[in-house]
Amino acid sequence: MAIHPEHELHTRRRGRNLGLGLVLGAFVALIFGLSLVKISHLREGKLPAAAEAQK
Amino acid sequence: MSDLSAIDRGREAGFGDYVQLLKPRVMSLVVFTAMVGLIVAPVPVHPFVAFTAILFIALGGGASGALNMWYDADIDRVMRRTASRPIPSGRVGAGEALGLGLALSGISCVMLGLAANWFAGAFLAFTIFFYVVVYTIWLKRTTPQNIVIGGAAGAFPPMIGWAVATGGVSLESLLMFALIFMWTPPHFWALALFMKDDYSNAGVPMLTVTHGRAATRRHILAYTLLLAPFALALALSSIGGPVVLATALVLNTLFVLGALRIARRDEAAAGADRYKAERAFFRFSLVYLFLHFGALLVERSLMTFGLGGW
Repeated sequence: MAIHPEHELHTRRRGRNLGLGLVLGAFVALIFGLSLVKISHLREGKLPAAAEAQK
Repeated sequence: MSDLSAIDRGREAGFGDYVQLLKPRVMSLVVFTAMVGLIVAPVPVHPFVAFTAILFIALGGGASGALNMWYDADIDRVMRRTASRPIPSGRVGAGEALGLGLALSGISCVMLGLAANWFAGAFLAFTIFFYVVVYTIWLKRTTPQNIVIGGAAGAFPPMIGWAVATGGVSLESLLMFALIFMWTPPHFWALALFMKDDYSNAGVPMLTVTHGRAATRRHILAYTLLLAPFALALALSSIGGPVVLATALVLNTLFVLGALRIARRDEAAAGADRYKAERAFFRFSLVYLFLHFGALLVERSLMTFGLGGW
Protein backbone atom coordinates (compact mmCIF):
# COMPACT_ATOMS: atom_id res chain seq x y z
CA MET A 1 0.00 0.00 0.00
CA ALA A 2 1.53 3.24 -1.15
CA ILE A 3 1.71 6.00 1.34
CA HIS A 4 -0.02 9.04 -0.08
CA PRO A 5 0.90 12.37 1.40
CA GLU A 6 -2.82 12.93 1.97
CA HIS A 7 -4.73 9.98 3.36
CA GLU A 8 -8.52 9.84 3.03
CA LEU A 9 -8.61 10.18 6.80
CA HIS A 10 -7.07 13.63 6.54
CA THR A 11 -9.76 14.77 4.11
CA ARG A 12 -12.46 13.68 6.55
CA ARG A 13 -10.69 15.37 9.44
CA ARG A 14 -10.35 18.55 7.41
CA GLY A 15 -14.10 18.48 6.84
CA ARG A 16 -14.67 18.18 10.57
CA ASN A 17 -12.20 20.94 11.42
CA LEU A 18 -13.63 23.23 8.78
CA GLY A 19 -17.17 22.58 10.01
CA LEU A 20 -16.24 23.30 13.62
CA GLY A 21 -14.33 26.41 12.56
CA LEU A 22 -17.37 27.73 10.73
CA VAL A 23 -19.63 26.99 13.70
CA LEU A 24 -17.30 28.83 16.08
CA GLY A 25 -17.01 31.76 13.64
CA ALA A 26 -20.80 31.95 13.39
CA PHE A 27 -21.05 31.86 17.20
CA VAL A 28 -18.66 34.81 17.51
CA ALA A 29 -20.64 36.74 14.87
CA LEU A 30 -23.86 35.95 16.74
CA ILE A 31 -22.54 37.21 20.08
CA PHE A 32 -21.24 40.36 18.36
CA GLY A 33 -24.61 40.99 16.71
CA LEU A 34 -26.46 40.32 19.94
CA SER A 35 -24.18 42.73 21.81
CA LEU A 36 -24.85 45.46 19.24
CA VAL A 37 -28.61 45.00 19.57
CA LYS A 38 -28.58 44.90 23.37
CA ILE A 39 -26.28 47.93 23.72
CA SER A 40 -28.22 50.04 21.21
CA HIS A 41 -31.44 49.17 23.09
CA LEU A 42 -29.72 50.34 26.27
CA ARG A 43 -28.85 53.66 24.61
CA GLU A 44 -32.42 54.14 23.47
CA GLY A 45 -33.47 53.62 27.06
CA LYS A 46 -35.67 50.65 26.23
CA LEU A 47 -34.41 48.80 29.26
CA PRO A 48 -35.85 50.80 32.18
CA ALA A 49 -33.24 49.86 34.75
CA ALA A 50 -30.39 50.80 32.44
CA ALA A 51 -32.01 54.09 31.48
CA GLU A 52 -32.29 54.99 35.16
CA ALA A 53 -28.64 54.13 35.66
CA GLN A 54 -27.59 56.43 32.82
CA LYS A 55 -29.28 59.40 34.46
CA MET B 1 0.80 -0.44 5.97
CA SER B 2 0.38 -1.76 9.46
CA ASP B 3 1.12 1.64 10.93
CA LEU B 4 -1.54 3.37 8.88
CA SER B 5 -4.27 0.79 9.34
CA ALA B 6 -3.74 0.95 13.07
CA ILE B 7 -5.11 4.48 13.17
CA ASP B 8 -7.52 4.20 10.26
CA ARG B 9 -10.60 2.43 11.53
CA GLY B 10 -12.28 3.41 8.28
CA ARG B 11 -15.39 4.77 9.92
CA GLU B 12 -14.19 7.82 11.76
CA ALA B 13 -16.95 10.37 12.16
CA GLY B 14 -17.29 13.26 9.77
CA PHE B 15 -18.93 16.58 10.62
CA GLY B 16 -22.23 15.28 9.25
CA ASP B 17 -22.33 12.46 11.81
CA TYR B 18 -22.37 14.97 14.64
CA VAL B 19 -25.15 16.87 12.88
CA GLN B 20 -27.08 13.56 12.64
CA LEU B 21 -26.80 13.25 16.44
CA LEU B 22 -28.87 16.42 16.76
CA LYS B 23 -31.83 14.87 14.86
CA PRO B 24 -32.13 17.64 12.23
CA ARG B 25 -35.62 16.58 11.13
CA VAL B 26 -37.02 16.91 14.63
CA MET B 27 -35.14 20.21 14.91
CA SER B 28 -36.97 21.61 11.88
CA LEU B 29 -40.33 21.03 13.60
CA VAL B 30 -38.98 22.66 16.77
CA VAL B 31 -37.78 25.68 14.80
CA PHE B 32 -41.12 26.10 13.06
CA THR B 33 -43.37 25.80 16.13
CA ALA B 34 -41.07 27.90 18.33
CA MET B 35 -40.97 30.58 15.65
CA VAL B 36 -44.77 30.68 15.42
CA GLY B 37 -45.04 30.86 19.24
CA LEU B 38 -42.64 33.79 19.26
CA ILE B 39 -44.24 35.69 16.36
CA VAL B 40 -47.87 35.38 17.46
CA ALA B 41 -47.06 36.60 20.98
CA PRO B 42 -48.41 40.09 21.71
CA VAL B 43 -44.99 41.53 22.67
CA PRO B 44 -42.69 42.51 19.74
CA VAL B 45 -39.15 41.09 19.78
CA HIS B 46 -36.15 42.57 17.96
CA PRO B 47 -35.64 40.42 14.83
CA PHE B 48 -32.04 39.60 15.68
CA VAL B 49 -32.93 38.60 19.24
CA ALA B 50 -35.77 36.48 17.84
CA PHE B 51 -33.38 34.79 15.38
CA THR B 52 -30.86 34.07 18.13
CA ALA B 53 -33.55 32.76 20.47
CA ILE B 54 -34.95 30.34 17.88
CA LEU B 55 -31.45 29.19 16.99
CA PHE B 56 -30.71 28.29 20.62
CA ILE B 57 -34.12 26.66 21.14
CA ALA B 58 -33.28 24.50 18.10
CA LEU B 59 -29.84 23.78 19.53
CA GLY B 60 -31.42 22.75 22.84
CA GLY B 61 -33.72 20.41 20.89
CA GLY B 62 -30.65 19.03 19.11
CA ALA B 63 -28.85 18.54 22.42
CA SER B 64 -31.74 16.50 23.79
CA GLY B 65 -31.65 14.46 20.56
CA ALA B 66 -27.97 13.66 21.14
CA LEU B 67 -28.64 12.68 24.77
CA ASN B 68 -31.56 10.53 23.61
CA MET B 69 -29.30 8.74 21.11
CA TRP B 70 -26.67 8.26 23.82
CA TYR B 71 -29.12 6.57 26.17
CA ASP B 72 -31.04 4.64 23.51
CA ALA B 73 -28.02 3.28 21.62
CA ASP B 74 -28.81 -0.26 22.83
CA ILE B 75 -32.39 -0.09 21.46
CA ASP B 76 -31.26 1.60 18.25
CA ARG B 77 -28.86 -1.26 17.58
CA VAL B 78 -31.75 -3.75 17.61
CA MET B 79 -34.23 -1.89 15.42
CA ARG B 80 -33.79 -1.79 11.66
CA ARG B 81 -34.97 1.80 11.29
CA THR B 82 -32.39 3.17 13.74
CA ALA B 83 -29.44 0.79 13.29
CA SER B 84 -27.64 3.21 10.97
CA ARG B 85 -27.63 6.08 13.48
CA PRO B 86 -24.14 7.40 14.35
CA ILE B 87 -23.70 5.51 17.65
CA PRO B 88 -25.07 2.03 16.73
CA SER B 89 -23.14 2.11 13.46
CA GLY B 90 -19.94 2.84 15.37
CA ARG B 91 -19.11 6.19 13.78
CA VAL B 92 -19.49 8.18 17.01
CA GLY B 93 -18.67 6.91 20.49
CA ALA B 94 -21.43 6.91 23.13
CA GLY B 95 -19.29 9.08 25.42
CA GLU B 96 -18.84 11.64 22.66
CA ALA B 97 -22.60 11.89 22.15
CA LEU B 98 -23.11 12.33 25.90
CA GLY B 99 -20.45 15.04 26.02
CA LEU B 100 -21.83 16.85 23.00
CA GLY B 101 -25.39 16.64 24.33
CA LEU B 102 -24.47 17.98 27.77
CA ALA B 103 -22.28 20.76 26.39
CA LEU B 104 -24.88 21.90 23.88
CA SER B 105 -27.62 21.75 26.55
CA GLY B 106 -25.63 24.10 28.76
CA ILE B 107 -24.71 26.47 25.94
CA SER B 108 -28.25 26.64 24.53
CA CYS B 109 -29.98 27.31 27.87
CA VAL B 110 -27.47 29.94 29.04
CA MET B 111 -27.47 31.65 25.64
CA LEU B 112 -31.27 31.67 25.47
CA GLY B 113 -31.32 33.18 28.96
CA LEU B 114 -28.85 35.89 27.94
CA ALA B 115 -30.44 36.63 24.58
CA ALA B 116 -34.07 36.64 25.70
CA ASN B 117 -34.90 36.13 29.38
CA TRP B 118 -34.10 33.64 32.12
CA PHE B 119 -37.61 32.24 32.24
CA ALA B 120 -37.25 31.10 28.62
CA GLY B 121 -33.77 29.72 29.38
CA ALA B 122 -35.07 27.76 32.37
CA PHE B 123 -38.04 26.53 30.32
CA LEU B 124 -35.65 25.18 27.69
CA ALA B 125 -33.63 23.46 30.42
CA PHE B 126 -36.82 21.91 31.78
CA THR B 127 -37.79 20.71 28.28
CA ILE B 128 -34.41 19.00 27.79
CA PHE B 129 -34.70 17.45 31.26
CA PHE B 130 -38.22 16.28 30.50
CA TYR B 131 -37.30 14.70 27.15
CA VAL B 132 -34.09 13.05 28.32
CA VAL B 133 -34.78 12.07 31.93
CA VAL B 134 -38.57 11.77 32.23
CA TYR B 135 -39.26 10.38 28.74
CA THR B 136 -36.10 8.64 27.46
CA ILE B 137 -34.62 7.30 30.68
CA TRP B 138 -37.70 6.78 32.81
CA LEU B 139 -40.96 6.25 30.94
CA LYS B 140 -40.10 5.13 27.40
CA ARG B 141 -39.23 1.60 28.52
CA THR B 142 -41.79 1.26 31.28
CA THR B 143 -45.19 2.32 29.98
CA PRO B 144 -47.15 1.94 26.72
CA GLN B 145 -48.27 5.55 27.24
CA ASN B 146 -44.65 6.60 26.52
CA ILE B 147 -45.64 8.37 23.31
CA VAL B 148 -48.26 10.42 25.13
CA ILE B 149 -45.79 11.68 27.73
CA GLY B 150 -42.96 12.11 25.22
CA GLY B 151 -45.34 14.27 23.21
CA ALA B 152 -45.20 16.89 25.96
CA ALA B 153 -41.50 17.46 25.29
CA GLY B 154 -42.26 18.08 21.62
CA ALA B 155 -45.11 20.40 22.57
CA PHE B 156 -43.02 22.79 24.68
CA PRO B 157 -41.19 24.70 21.86
CA PRO B 158 -44.09 27.07 20.96
CA MET B 159 -44.44 27.81 24.69
CA ILE B 160 -40.73 28.62 24.86
CA GLY B 161 -41.09 30.86 21.80
CA TRP B 162 -43.99 32.63 23.53
CA ALA B 163 -41.92 32.93 26.73
CA VAL B 164 -39.06 34.55 24.76
CA ALA B 165 -41.45 37.38 23.81
CA THR B 166 -43.60 37.67 26.93
CA GLY B 167 -41.42 36.21 29.68
CA GLY B 168 -44.23 33.97 30.87
CA VAL B 169 -47.03 31.53 30.16
CA SER B 170 -50.61 32.28 29.15
CA LEU B 171 -53.78 30.55 27.97
CA GLU B 172 -52.78 30.96 24.32
CA SER B 173 -49.39 29.33 24.78
CA LEU B 174 -50.99 26.51 26.78
CA LEU B 175 -53.44 25.91 23.92
CA MET B 176 -50.56 25.70 21.42
CA PHE B 177 -48.97 23.17 23.78
CA ALA B 178 -52.22 21.20 23.97
CA LEU B 179 -52.51 21.09 20.18
CA ILE B 180 -49.13 19.38 19.71
CA PHE B 181 -49.52 17.30 22.88
CA MET B 182 -52.82 15.76 21.75
CA TRP B 183 -51.65 15.46 18.14
CA THR B 184 -48.52 13.42 18.92
CA PRO B 185 -50.12 10.10 19.99
CA PRO B 186 -52.29 9.59 16.86
CA HIS B 187 -49.35 10.69 14.72
CA PHE B 188 -46.94 8.15 16.20
CA TRP B 189 -49.41 5.31 16.64
CA ALA B 190 -50.33 5.54 12.95
CA LEU B 191 -46.60 5.20 12.23
CA ALA B 192 -46.33 2.26 14.62
CA LEU B 193 -49.20 0.50 12.83
CA PHE B 194 -47.43 0.38 9.47
CA MET B 195 -43.74 0.57 10.41
CA LYS B 196 -43.87 -2.71 12.38
CA ASP B 197 -40.54 -1.99 14.04
CA ASP B 198 -39.37 -4.65 16.40
CA TYR B 199 -40.15 -2.73 19.55
CA SER B 200 -40.81 -5.91 21.52
CA ASN B 201 -37.28 -7.23 20.90
CA ALA B 202 -35.90 -3.86 21.87
CA GLY B 203 -37.89 -3.91 25.12
CA VAL B 204 -39.97 -0.80 24.36
CA PRO B 205 -43.60 -1.30 25.39
CA MET B 206 -45.34 0.23 22.36
CA LEU B 207 -49.13 0.27 22.49
CA THR B 208 -49.28 -1.90 19.36
CA VAL B 209 -47.34 -4.59 21.21
CA THR B 210 -48.81 -4.37 24.71
CA HIS B 211 -52.49 -3.76 23.92
CA GLY B 212 -52.67 -4.98 20.35
CA ARG B 213 -53.32 -3.27 17.06
CA ALA B 214 -57.10 -3.08 17.43
CA ALA B 215 -56.73 -1.15 20.69
CA THR B 216 -54.19 1.14 19.04
CA ARG B 217 -56.72 1.94 16.31
CA ARG B 218 -59.31 2.86 18.95
CA HIS B 219 -56.73 4.98 20.80
CA ILE B 220 -55.96 6.91 17.60
CA LEU B 221 -59.65 7.75 17.19
CA ALA B 222 -60.05 8.75 20.85
CA TYR B 223 -57.08 11.13 20.81
CA THR B 224 -58.14 12.62 17.47
CA LEU B 225 -61.59 13.37 18.92
CA LEU B 226 -60.01 14.88 22.06
CA LEU B 227 -57.66 16.98 19.93
CA ALA B 228 -60.42 18.78 18.02
CA PRO B 229 -61.78 20.89 20.95
CA PHE B 230 -58.29 22.19 21.71
CA ALA B 231 -57.76 23.15 18.07
CA LEU B 232 -61.09 25.00 18.07
CA ALA B 233 -60.36 26.69 21.40
CA LEU B 234 -57.04 27.92 19.98
CA ALA B 235 -58.90 29.31 16.98
CA LEU B 236 -61.27 31.20 19.30
CA SER B 237 -58.46 32.57 21.51
CA SER B 238 -56.86 36.00 21.12
CA ILE B 239 -54.24 34.69 18.65
CA GLY B 240 -56.94 32.99 16.56
CA GLY B 241 -59.37 34.45 14.06
CA PRO B 242 -61.51 33.53 11.06
CA VAL B 243 -58.56 32.07 9.11
CA VAL B 244 -57.48 29.85 12.00
CA LEU B 245 -61.07 28.82 12.72
CA ALA B 246 -61.76 27.86 9.10
CA THR B 247 -58.45 25.95 8.94
CA ALA B 248 -59.19 24.18 12.23
CA LEU B 249 -62.69 23.17 11.12
CA VAL B 250 -61.50 21.67 7.83
CA LEU B 251 -58.37 19.99 9.23
CA ASN B 252 -60.10 18.47 12.25
CA THR B 253 -63.00 17.14 10.19
CA LEU B 254 -60.56 15.44 7.83
CA PHE B 255 -58.41 14.19 10.72
CA VAL B 256 -61.39 12.65 12.54
CA LEU B 257 -62.64 11.07 9.30
CA GLY B 258 -59.17 9.56 8.74
CA ALA B 259 -59.11 8.22 12.31
CA LEU B 260 -62.60 6.74 11.84
CA ARG B 261 -61.37 4.90 8.74
CA ILE B 262 -58.44 3.51 10.71
CA ALA B 263 -60.64 2.49 13.65
CA ARG B 264 -63.07 0.62 11.39
CA ARG B 265 -60.35 -1.42 9.66
CA ASP B 266 -58.81 -4.60 10.96
CA GLU B 267 -55.36 -5.96 10.26
CA ALA B 268 -56.54 -8.12 7.37
CA ALA B 269 -58.03 -5.14 5.54
CA ALA B 270 -54.97 -3.02 6.31
CA GLY B 271 -52.57 -5.74 5.16
CA ALA B 272 -54.52 -6.16 1.91
CA ASP B 273 -53.82 -2.61 0.76
CA ARG B 274 -50.44 -2.33 2.53
CA TYR B 275 -51.66 0.06 5.23
CA LYS B 276 -52.80 2.65 2.73
CA ALA B 277 -55.20 4.41 5.14
CA GLU B 278 -52.63 4.41 7.97
CA ARG B 279 -49.93 5.85 5.71
CA ALA B 280 -52.30 8.50 4.39
CA PHE B 281 -53.33 9.40 7.97
CA PHE B 282 -49.68 9.71 9.02
CA ARG B 283 -48.83 11.97 6.07
CA PHE B 284 -51.92 14.06 6.71
CA SER B 285 -50.99 14.44 10.38
CA LEU B 286 -47.84 16.30 9.33
CA VAL B 287 -49.87 18.56 7.04
CA TYR B 288 -52.35 19.07 9.90
CA LEU B 289 -49.75 20.47 12.26
CA PHE B 290 -47.99 22.52 9.61
CA LEU B 291 -51.19 24.16 8.37
CA HIS B 292 -52.47 24.82 11.89
CA PHE B 293 -49.38 26.75 12.87
CA GLY B 294 -49.20 28.26 9.39
CA ALA B 295 -52.74 29.60 9.86
CA LEU B 296 -51.69 31.23 13.15
CA LEU B 297 -48.89 32.99 11.26
CA VAL B 298 -51.27 34.14 8.50
CA GLU B 299 -53.75 35.44 11.09
CA ARG B 300 -50.96 37.30 12.85
CA SER B 301 -49.76 38.96 9.62
CA LEU B 302 -53.35 39.92 8.77
CA MET B 303 -53.63 41.57 12.19
CA THR B 304 -50.74 43.90 11.35
CA PHE B 305 -52.85 45.18 8.42
CA GLY B 306 -55.84 45.63 10.69
CA LEU B 307 -57.50 42.52 9.34
CA GLY B 308 -58.00 39.08 10.89
CA GLY B 309 -58.28 38.26 14.57
CA TRP B 310 -61.44 38.59 16.60
